[in-house]
Amino acid sequence: MSDLDQFRQTVHAWLEENCPPAMRTPITREEQVWAGKNKVFPNQDAKLWFERMRDKGWTAPEWPAELGGGGLDERQAKVLRDEMKRLGCRTPLFDLGIWMLGPAVLEYGTEEQRQQHIPSIVRGDVRWCQGYSEPGAGSDLASLQTRAEDHGDHFLVNGAKIWTTNADKADWIFCLVRTDPDAKKQEGISFLLIDMDNPGVSTTPIELISGESEFCQTFFDNVKVPKANLIGELNKGWSVAKSLLKHERKLMAEIGGDTPGPSFSPVQAGIEYVGLDSSGKLRDHGLREQLVSHEMAYRAIGLTHFRSFEERMNGVADNNVPLIMKYVGTEESKRKEEVLMAILGQRALGWYDDEFNADELLTNRGWLFSKALSIAGGTSEVQLNIIAKRVLGLPT
Amino acid sequence: MTLVLNEEQRLLKDTAKDFISRVMPVSALRTLRDQKDALGYKREHWQQMVELGWASMVLPEAYDGLDFGYMGLGAVIEESGRTLAASPLFSTVVLGSTIIIEGGSEEQKSALLPGIAAGEISLALALEEKPHHQTTGFATTAVADGDDFIIQGKKVFVLDGHSADQLIVATTMESGIGLFIVDASASGIDRRRHHLIDSRNTATIEFKQVRVNKSSLIGDAVQGQNILNTAMDYGRICLAAEMLGAAKECFERTVAYLKERDQFGVKIGSFQALQHRAAKMYIELELSKSVVLDALSAIDDKRADLPQLASLAKASLNDVFELVTNEAVQMHGGIGVTDELDIGFFLKRSRVATQILGDSSFHRDRYASLCGY
Repeated sequence: MSDLDQFRQTVHAWLEENCPPAMRTPITREEQVWAGKNKVFPNQDAKLWFERMRDKGWTAPEWPAELGGGGLDERQAKVLRDEMKRLGCRTPLFDLGIWMLGPAVLEYGTEEQRQQHIPSIVRGDVRWCQGYSEPGAGSDLASLQTRAEDHGDHFLVNGAKIWTTNADKADWIFCLVRTDPDAKKQEGISFLLIDMDNPGVSTTPIELISGESEFCQTFFDNVKVPKANLIGELNKGWSVAKSLLKHERKLMAEIGGDTPGPSFSPVQAGIEYVGLDSSGKLRDHGLREQLVSHEMAYRAIGLTHFRSFEERMNGVADNNVPLIMKYVGTEESKRKEEVLMAILGQRALGWYDDEFNADELLTNRGWLFSKALSIAGGTSEVQLNIIAKRVLGLPT
Repeated sequence: MTLVLNEEQRLLKDTAKDFISRVMPVSALRTLRDQKDALGYKREHWQQMVELGWASMVLPEAYDGLDFGYMGLGAVIEESGRTLAASPLFSTVVLGSTIIIEGGSEEQKSALLPGIAAGEISLALALEEKPHHQTTGFATTAVADGDDFIIQGKKVFVLDGHSADQLIVATTMESGIGLFIVDASASGIDRRRHHLIDSRNTATIEFKQVRVNKSSLIGDAVQGQNILNTAMDYGRICLAAEMLGAAKECFERTVAYLKERDQFGVKIGSFQALQHRAAKMYIELELSKSVVLDALSAIDDKRADLPQLASLAKASLNDVFELVTNEAVQMHGGIGVTDELDIGFFLKRSRVATQILGDSSFHRDRYASLCGY
């Protein structure tokens, strides 16, 4: 048996023993455990599951063990992911620190910064949010105006950020700030970590079409930030940001992850809400055609994720493949939601009412939320620009 | 399941690419077309392919094969798609030999497979009877008559049908589907070659009371449909590989053109309207690549979801090949609709390839049914 097979067996056995049965059911939005000073656990099992995974370092399986992470290599981490998926294990901890900031600190941070932030992210002690976009800037990220002025031992930060997801619940924010207003667009930007308890930081939620308000605006009014909180070099924040955006796009491309949604798959919904005819086909052939187109695309995307992983493992990576995944993953997610809406028909249209069940209400919330996917993290159009220029080398 | 080629397969692919581009560029097909070549491919090209081991690649070692697998053959076929290279590889090796390997008797295997491996025997599958792909319910019949069978019917769109040495005929029998291996020169067989838009080979074949011995039945009528299904799925997957190669080539030529063509004082590739369309084609090609590789590896691993993957691969490549060829013509502008440019050859081949073994509508329907809806 190969080492990896052996590892798979060990992981499987450990999960069987340590993941409470209640943590092997589909997760709802309310049941997600987010990092933070004041973590909220929906129940005792969720707490137990989180603590066991944290103690193994498996909240961040690929990070160095000496910093609290799992110390797994990429193959082993995939085995862990696969086995968790197979058993239906919930993600024990949700945090932008794990998904985005951590990898950037590991790559660009000093030893002190790693010691300060990495273990606390693994343990879920701090909830992080992201401060990239600014009002009026949109996808033109580099036009940001939030300023951090050098005041000797600290920066003084002034400005505003928008689309700061869950900022109203976060403890710290990682920001892009302008440190040299005279430099060219992308060259005067730095990457700064800010404690949101600092005087002068304030946040207000933005209500969305889905009725939710996980996006916020965050304002900085003469906020003093220690210089030790600068990640990477002064005015070189753009490279940190790019590396981090890569992680964000990868995350957004991962379809069918832990995003809570209806408990049925589109196919199950089709069979339930449209029904099969005597030949075993969905009664509505137009809907059947839409559904199968989506299902085929979905499978092709899944295979491409896997191919990309295998290419990396075999050292024959085509580095361009990850660039397409954000576009295609989010566009297909939108299509899936449209198909679900069509399949549920009138049953998908309830806003809040006892008449509609939870899955039906989640369907239109998911549909509305999906509209943000191809905007956040760089719009689909920006992604196509990147592919055209960087991959195909088309002229500007 | 693997979606990357191993070292050996990569080497093979590079060799194939080199050979194909050097010996059989698109101009070779153009010559065959212009000269109204009777055979429809060049015998010496086929012989060279055989010498490279392509005819024997997926055949069992016991019959002079290399048992190298479909990941390897698929890589070769993909490269052959880049220049639309005409050869009996698909009809003889993929469709024909699969049927013999899957269902043939020991006698049939030893009589045919070594000859196929050596490039001495070519096969064609006489399957279709209607304007659209058909997998069962054939009007061509095989009726028992003593120790013989009498085959009666008419087959259309038989790939390489006019030149094949042996024909495999799909027939309806009393108890199922009968696949017969018939000498192409047997009496009662009438073959008419057709010139299609893609300049490759197909024929209409009539079987007029053709008498064959029962020893020419492959497997039996109960297994017939399964044997045929397997061969059709292998065919769909390998054809998808060819279409991938052709679509990639057509796409790369188009991107190169976008970079060199000046209009309105700039390169046309700088227009966002064209950039986005090019980027979308690139994305579709990358997805197609994964689908084809997975389907090829499913053949080698004898996976149970092979039928789904075959339909996924064929539908995907039908769609992407159509998209890329249409866009290629449009983006080349006026020159794109001239015969002088090779792009038109890709456009025409795409539509023929789409019809072979099922169009997208056929395969989406099949995929949905296989998935229970």
